[in-house]
Amino acid sequence: MSLITAIRETFLGFKSLLVGLRITAREASRPIITVQYPRETLKMPARFRGHIKLVLDPETGKPRCTACTLCAKACPSGCIVLDGVKREGDKKKSVSKYELDFTTCSLCGSCVEICPSDAIEFSKEYNVVSLNRDTFENMDLYAKIEAEARAWSAAHPAPPAASPPPAAAPANPTAPASQPLNAPAG
Amino acid sequence: MTFLSLEPIRVLLYLVGICAFVGANAAYLVLAERKGAGRIQRRPGPNEAGWAGWMQPLADGLKLLAKQIMVPPGTDSLLFRLAPLLVMAPPLMCLVTIPFGENVVARDLNLGLLLVFSFGSINVMALMLGGWASRNKYAIISAARVVSQNVAYEIPMLLVVITLLMMTGTMSLQEITAQQAGGFWHWNLFKLWVNPLMPVTFVIFFTCMLAETNRAPFDMAEAESELVAGAFTEYGGMGFGVFFMAEYANIVVGCCLATVLFLGGWQSPIGILSSGAWGLLWFFLKTYALILTVIWIRWTFPRTQFYSLLNLSWKILIPLSLATLLLTGAMMKLPLLWRALS
Ligand code: SF4
Ligand code: SF4
Repeated sequence: MSLITAIRETFLGFKSLLVGLRITAREASRPIITVQYPRETLKMPARFRGHIKLVLDPETGKPRCTACTLCAKACPSGCIVLDGVKREGDKKKSVSKYELDFTTCSLCGSCVEICPSDAIEFSKEYNVVSLNRDTFENMDLYAKIEAEARAWSAAHPAPPAASPPPAAAPANPTAPASQPLNAPAG
Repeated sequence: MTFLSLEPIRVLLYLVGICAFVGANAAYLVLAERKGAGRIQRRPGPNEAGWAGWMQPLADGLKLLAKQIMVPPGTDSLLFRLAPLLVMAPPLMCLVTIPFGENVVARDLNLGLLLVFSFGSINVMALMLGGWASRNKYAIISAARVVSQNVAYEIPMLLVVITLLMMTGTMSLQEITAQQAGGFWHWNLFKLWVNPLMPVTFVIFFTCMLAETNRAPFDMAEAESELVAGAFTEYGGMGFGVFFMAEYANIVVGCCLATVLFLGGWQSPIGILSSGAWGLLWFFLKTYALILTVIWIRWTFPRTQFYSLLNLSWKILIPLSLATLLLTGAMMKLPLLWRALS
């Protein structure tokens, strides 16, 4: 009796080995999922929190921020310093300086939440490396949005009188927004 | 032809050919191993050096060559230096008598099989010496394991070989190959009318071969998670490299032997086209299929525990191989007995 059990167990054990081999063979025939990092990058998920950035109004090509300083007040770490001026022809003030101390920012999101004009959001930038501490202590977000605005006006040469077709409008924010991602952070 | 059959020329050709083959083979098997591991884990494996990583062996080799060979104080310096050579020599000797093709064999000894097994067992001694000479507790534990493991697995392997010898009646590998001519149904693996357990015999042989060459899941000798690197712990640079090369050379010898004994050597599976270069092609196709299986097995199964390793040999493989031995003997001799009685 025990001989039969032994033979059966040996047979079952051998079968389980074959099952294991089949599993690895199946895995080997599936596509490779490695991302070759510096050459390929993953798309960041929608809720990824990079450092905050100012948002460009896709229609006017200007920063949405009205320099109300609510975000600076809401920030628990006090790491936002901003200033605004009233430019010619504008009814409201607009941002003229926006500095973030990224070394103390905890990415809590209070600033994004409180902003009445939806003028800031988390960027999807994760390649933030610098040899210089100052790059993060005084991150000049205004300089970044200015570069974005310049790219926007380069992409929209037509005068504002000839209003762009509405179909093109939703496509606009994505095009300039992807550009500063590639620009070096420091 | 007369020039080629001169003795010194033959020896020279063999030496150069085998050393080149073993070296290149070890280098590219390491790459194949890493690539295979990668595929199974859905990674690309090494892919930076050269196109798709094919220069990787060169980079590895240069790295190993550039390292200093240390002989740590307190070791037995003679044995410590000798062990890598001793471990490399047996597979080189074994390849003397392996028939790669119809005419491609360094020397067709009529006791070829015996030679392969006798040199194969020196390998164990070399690993043990390396472990012993290192004066390192991990290396010594590993040396002890190597010995008990190899003793345990030599027995079923030899029993299986005896079964085969009863069938073939010769120890010359070239003759064994010649007997399997004419299609895959003539291969020893499928000679079910001699012994219906022939495929089982092959599995036993293959398992023992894995254990003898210290390959995962039987790599108790290096067991890097318990024993650092086992017998090779104290070796660095090319000393370590030679151990590695020997491991791959041993795998090649084992797979060549399995091909010759069970899969018809250089005979083609369809019965035609087995002469000359075709023979070489068939031989290497079969051998490398087996080697890839060895790699596949390594990346499928985790390392066994030491006692279950010994249990497998003493409780399963040895009884099984004894059973096949008896069965073959009975199937071969009972008809004769029957005829003699009637
Ligand atoms: S995310 Fe939080 S810590 Fe960072 S700037 Fe905004 S409010 Fe301050
Ligand atoms: S809360 Fe919004 S609009 Fe007000 S300053 Fe901050 S970013 Fe600008």
